[in-house]
Amino acid sequence: MWREVSFFLWIIFGGTAGELCLSRAMKTVGEVTDFRPRALIRVMLRVIKVKWMWIGLTLMTLAFFGFLGVLSLDNVSFVVPVTALSYAVSALGSGVFLGERVSRQRWAGVLLVCVGVALVFAGKG
Amino acid sequence: MTSSAGLRFKTYLLILIMVIFGPVGDVLLREGMRRTGKLTTWAPAGVFHFFVRTFTIGTIWLGIGSLVVFFVAYMLVLSWADFSYVQPASTLSYGVVALMGYFLLGESVSLTQWTGVGIICLGVFVVGHTHPRTTEPE
Repeated sequence: MWREVSFFLWIIFGGTAGELCLSRAMKTVGEVTDFRPRALIRVMLRVIKVKWMWIGLTLMTLAFFGFLGVLSLDNVSFVVPVTALSYAVSALGSGVFLGERVSRQRWAGVLLVCVGVALVFAGKG
Repeated sequence: MTSSAGLRFKTYLLILIMVIFGPVGDVLLREGMRRTGKLTTWAPAGVFHFFVRTFTIGTIWLGIGSLVVFFVAYMLVLSWADFSYVQPASTLSYGVVALMGYFLLGESVSLTQWTGVGIICLGVFVVGHTHPRTTEPE
């Protein structure tokens, strides 16, 4: 069990920190309004110059290897819902790191997600 | 200026792509990892050989391809919508993953777990009724 818990901590904290960095990088680039392939390539070329993108990608790659590791041990229908625990971490991080206002309604949604994850964990045979 | 309805349509379309390709990628990865075997060591050499073996399996690459599609949609939507909005909204994929694991891979999912997945989806519904952006564009 300790092995799975280690993997989940690795995935949740590494992955969430990585996604926060990516979000910060995309906010720097600005809203994408043109979805034609050439325009998307231009966006990608701008994105790869942002340092937060590289920090985020590194963290997410490490989290991905952790994800593969825990998938070798447990069912996908158990592993993926448990990783939703990252919502508590991400809601905190969004307010502190990105300056986003997390409303009461969003907090309520996040809380429900966390209760659901707890049940998924508790229901494991 | 982007209209509120247009912004919502664009956001929901990309979230739909995320909800389909994310779970398909996860299921393919699980199938690939079943073929790889269990990671039971922390020794660097053992971990290295484990992942080398992992990446020789075609199903893993199909899973990664599907997750790349998910990832591109995710990055695009993050360029205008708040992270704390997009991430919970994409949790609908947790329900899809549980269904796919149950029906496609034959995994056992208990009643308590189904209840948990249902509550996660309810959480997604609650989050989905907030505006996708709370900060002004820079």
